[in-house]
Amino acid sequence: MKRNVLPGLPLSLGITLFYVGLIVVLPLAALVFKAASLGPAEYWAIVSSPRAVASYRVTVISALVATAFNLVFGLALAWVLVRYRFPGRRIVDAIVDLPFALPTAVAGIALTTLFASNGWFGTLLAPFGIKVAYTPLGIMVAMCFTSLPFIVRTVQPVLEDLDPALEEAAQSLGGSDSAIFVRVILPLLMPALLAGLSLSFARSLGEFGAIIFIAGNQPMETEITALLAFIRLEEYDYQAAAAIASVLLITAFLMLAATNLLQARALRYTARS
Amino acid sequence: MKIRLDQVVKTFDTFRAVHGVSLEIESGQLVALLGPSGSGKTTILRMVAGLEYADGGHIYFGDQDATDIPVRDRGVGFVFQHYALFPHMTVAENIAFGMKVSKTRRSKTEIATRVLELLRLVRLEGLGDRFPGQISGGQRQRVALARALAVDPKVLLLDEPFGALDANVRRDLRRWLREIHDELGITTLFVTHDQEEALDLADQVVILNEGKIVQEGTPADVCRHPGSAFVMQFLGDVNKFPGVARDGFVFVGETATGIASTEDGPVDVLVRPRDVVWQKNGGGIPVDIERFLHRPDGLSVVGTTKDGVRVEFEIPEKAEPDLSRGAGISLRNAQVFRRGV
Repeated sequence: MKRNVLPGLPLSLGITLFYVGLIVVLPLAALVFKAASLGPAEYWAIVSSPRAVASYRVTVISALVATAFNLVFGLALAWVLVRYRFPGRRIVDAIVDLPFALPTAVAGIALTTLFASNGWFGTLLAPFGIKVAYTPLGIMVAMCFTSLPFIVRTVQPVLEDLDPALEEAAQSLGGSDSAIFVRVILPLLMPALLAGLSLSFARSLGEFGAIIFIAGNQPMETEITALLAFIRLEEYDYQAAAAIASVLLITAFLMLAATNLLQARALRYTARS
Repeated sequence: MKIRLDQVVKTFDTFRAVHGVSLEIESGQLVALLGPSGSGKTTILRMVAGLEYADGGHIYFGDQDATDIPVRDRGVGFVFQHYALFPHMTVAENIAFGMKVSKTRRSKTEIATRVLELLRLVRLEGLGDRFPGQISGGQRQRVALARALAVDPKVLLLDEPFGALDANVRRDLRRWLREIHDELGITTLFVTHDQEEALDLADQVVILNEGKIVQEGTPADVCRHPGSAFVMQFLGDVNKFPGVARDGFVFVGETATGIASTEDGPVDVLVRPRDVVWQKNGGGIPVDIERFLHRPDGLSVVGTTKDGVRVEFEIPEKAEPDLSRGAGISLRNAQVFRRGV
């Protein structure tokens, strides 16, 4: 190892690796180990059962929709918080973090109460034939709620650091507002957006507490993958639970790897020759 | 394109940055806005660009009132102090940006040809594929200039263009900007707080203080005939002696300086360090010498007069002179200003 002027590398590296190993890698390894104790044929039968496949579909589609919604809304929220000064801005800024702080079960119960057919929002939506509680729409709403802060909090600091002179330069070169947004601002926000996107999507895939209250949990229709794993666990079928959970794990891992690659591509201009 | 400012005013919150400035810039000239920080020079430049709107007054480009034309339609090229290059675009893409977003459609080959032409103009051939993060500060500023020129601006505006660069690069870029200006003949207005830069580069120098124009003229004019003590002090090092004008002559302390004055009353006498003459045999204004500082071409002398005024001046001697006969100075090429002007 090269000599380093800054002290503490071996110690801090040791502590960090130990901690990551203990808290993150060990449980995941146990999960993989448990799932691997099944034979390949058995594993495949469990993870490709119609009920499991239906749960993947519900979970992934809901997570994609929720993430897409949060992408637009989160970006807009970050934009407003950074660019404009209005009364109550700091309160709005603080509220953004609430989904992190609130126990997800509380969020789930609150959302269910609001969107139930006799709730505040439910009664308003009923005349249009829109049902949210106990439908896949409810799952999406719960996912939106719990993963909103990710995009706002990853984009906000980058937007704050964006040099106003860049936009002024683009304007002086004749760029329209939309051209400046698409060609200058968006590419510069892209790495942060991707980071927020992947966090938001990963969180939505794994969300449990908020969803089970609003989803209705009908097998094949509104049953999410995390719940299915939990049901197998309650049946003392640990191997099946681990197998189903491993699918979530692999999906989240592949997705994080893919966004990391995209991020590196979006940041290639920072590489020095 | 001729630019004319007519009684332009700008106020930020409660701070009045520009007080009714009127200015005419002839077509094809290279003009410097020179002033200390807070003098309103950058605000004036940004108003000409349309990056700030004037609170009062008018700005004309030729015969057209440009006061309310937004920056994107004003047809100006603006070069920022910290370059403001788009970091995610290559040098070539940066230069092409204005042509790509323009309302007049250009073909890809047309844009590529123009980019190459501009890269040649700013002497950066072969660097088109680099990102701004991969080139030096001086190169970045040249890219910024090429980018501004790509849209064929009517007017070129530069905000402290060399402020972030080190001294040698500054000097080179300065000469080079002058050459480009002479080649293209585009009306150019630049802001600087560096008097040497302004005097080196500009056809006309506009000196600003506290949001007002205090003097404008050619570099020769402002150097030889400074209109106020502020201008004289701002343009270079000076020694300032409080004095009194009596019977047509100026006295500093009890010493008659032999400098003529048209008006009687309290005055300030301002003299450049090289115009303070050492009186070897005593005489002149008595000075207590504190230190001699060695310089490549002689000595710099630091002292105080009897009134406690600090004096710094240069003498051509290489060795420290004998002070036994007392030290005195006389003044030449002095500028006399009534106190408080």
